[in-house]
Amino acid sequence: MRTLVIAEHAAGQLTAGTLSAITAAVELGLETDLLVIGGQDAVAVAEQAAFIQGVNRTLLAQGAMFEKILPENVQPLISSVVAEGYTHVLADASSLGRSVLPRVAASLDVGMLSDVSKIVSVDTFQRPIYAGNAIATFQSLDPVKLLTIRSSAFAQATSQQNRGDVTAVDGGKIATNVRFVGEKLTISERPELSSARVVVSGGRGMQSKENFALVERVADKLGGAVGASRAAVDSGFAPNDLQVGQTGKIVAPELYIAVGISGAIQHLAGMSGSKVIVAINQDAEAPIAQVADYMLVADLFEALPALEKAL
Amino acid sequence: MKVLVAVKRAIDPNVKVRVKTDGSDVDLNGVKMSLNPFCEIAVEEAIRLKEKGVVSEVVVVSVGTSAAQEQLRTALALGADRALLVETSTLLEPLNVAKYLSKVIDQEKPQLILFGKQAIDQENNQTGQMVAQLIGSGQATFASAISYADGNWLVEREVDGGSQTVELSVPAVVTFDLRLNEPRYASLPNIMKAKKKPLEILAADSLDASVKEHTRLVEVAPPPVRKAGIKVGSVSELVEKLKNVSGVI
Repeated sequence: MRTLVIAEHAAGQLTAGTLSAITAAVELGLETDLLVIGGQDAVAVAEQAAFIQGVNRTLLAQGAMFEKILPENVQPLISSVVAEGYTHVLADASSLGRSVLPRVAASLDVGMLSDVSKIVSVDTFQRPIYAGNAIATFQSLDPVKLLTIRSSAFAQATSQQNRGDVTAVDGGKIATNVRFVGEKLTISERPELSSARVVVSGGRGMQSKENFALVERVADKLGGAVGASRAAVDSGFAPNDLQVGQTGKIVAPELYIAVGISGAIQHLAGMSGSKVIVAINQDAEAPIAQVADYMLVADLFEALPALEKAL
Repeated sequence: MKVLVAVKRAIDPNVKVRVKTDGSDVDLNGVKMSLNPFCEIAVEEAIRLKEKGVVSEVVVVSVGTSAAQEQLRTALALGADRALLVETSTLLEPLNVAKYLSKVIDQEKPQLILFGKQAIDQENNQTGQMVAQLIGSGQATFASAISYADGNWLVEREVDGGSQTVELSVPAVVTFDLRLNEPRYASLPNIMKAKKKPLEILAADSLDASVKEHTRLVEVAPPPVRKAGIKVGSVSELVEKLKNVSGVI
């Protein structure tokens, strides 16, 4: 039995989610290889990957068609690499992992388990269902097990001294049914939301986009990321990609500060795994109080500037 | 042009599910069921495309038990033209559902196939992508805007760290995120009219899809409960606790 982890990278670095997926792979206790796919910068990424603890061999698929990764182009590559004898295929449950792995599953005629939060054994896995209100244990009956990994449930793999092998692999196919047109990426100096040590999130109580600066200033003082509830995103106070919750990012930082967030079950599903939760809310009875370690009942427009000053 | 929208009957989003005491599954006995919210968005978008004159027919399809007729009627009341139910109570895993749907697509030959990005019960987020693979189509997951130009579908999608635009040839598979639109309410006259719209039931066995069991549910448990927290009286008390008790700052 062998495991293949599908790597993702951004700005020349493996993503935090990939490092968590490697940790999940190591927990399977099988030989683990990492597949790095990309354009020009993939060579440096593979070199970095070769030093990650737990990675036996790094496979490098480099080509112009992978400069912008489309699921339709990489699925044939992944399926052909898997056919060389891998029994387990893991990827971060990122927007790319969620887009690609189901296509690989259908091509191999096997099922797939999404958002795995615990490895029980080589064929049995846990994953949250119903907005985290239940934890299901599933046994995979297929010869190849495909899993996306909930990165917040696994620590990030670290680097070590010894360089593993890097092997070039071929594959992939330029799909004719899809064409990359463009992208708009949010440029931020702050840490990535899903792997930040501290997250400060604002909700409907922030009342406006301008007021969100109060949340940002506290986040910056703590070196943390900024998050938002769905209500805040829907009201236009914060961009989509900052949404924390069942349908947004799942986070589990050391410290989560929820400001003006009532705590709908969909929001709690995205952050209740945080180590320490602080809620700042005017309503002492808000559902967020049920998961908060520290509840400060206060006007957030007074509390946030005071907090910024006290840090 | 025809659009096919795949929909799922799921727990109502306002209901908090409970786990059965024997840990065998969640307890859906007597629980309110609805059209999965993401599927509702897909239905709404299909109807808007029809209202804009981009598509001429909206067909909704579900794979599930006879009870899913209720959700198909809901979609008809919102404005879909006709409905199909692939009736089965077993092996409702994403790949199997995708295989049934691809058989329906073979028969219906739609130019666009729409999905919600995930259902709020099992949260798999797989079926649309699997259908795209099975029928050899391009896909756009997490879509936040869709338009039709020069024979292709132009779709903006939400990705980690921003948004991306892709162009898909026909037939295309698109799965929708929440922010695409605000679904309408069905009016009473439309609910009455929906009762007369065609709803065809297909026996799953008749579709000749090679379905089998891929995953087996072993156990369902409630999530771990967090320890009760404390109220703090001031910002300075909060900072003191975070520093000295929790040690996180």
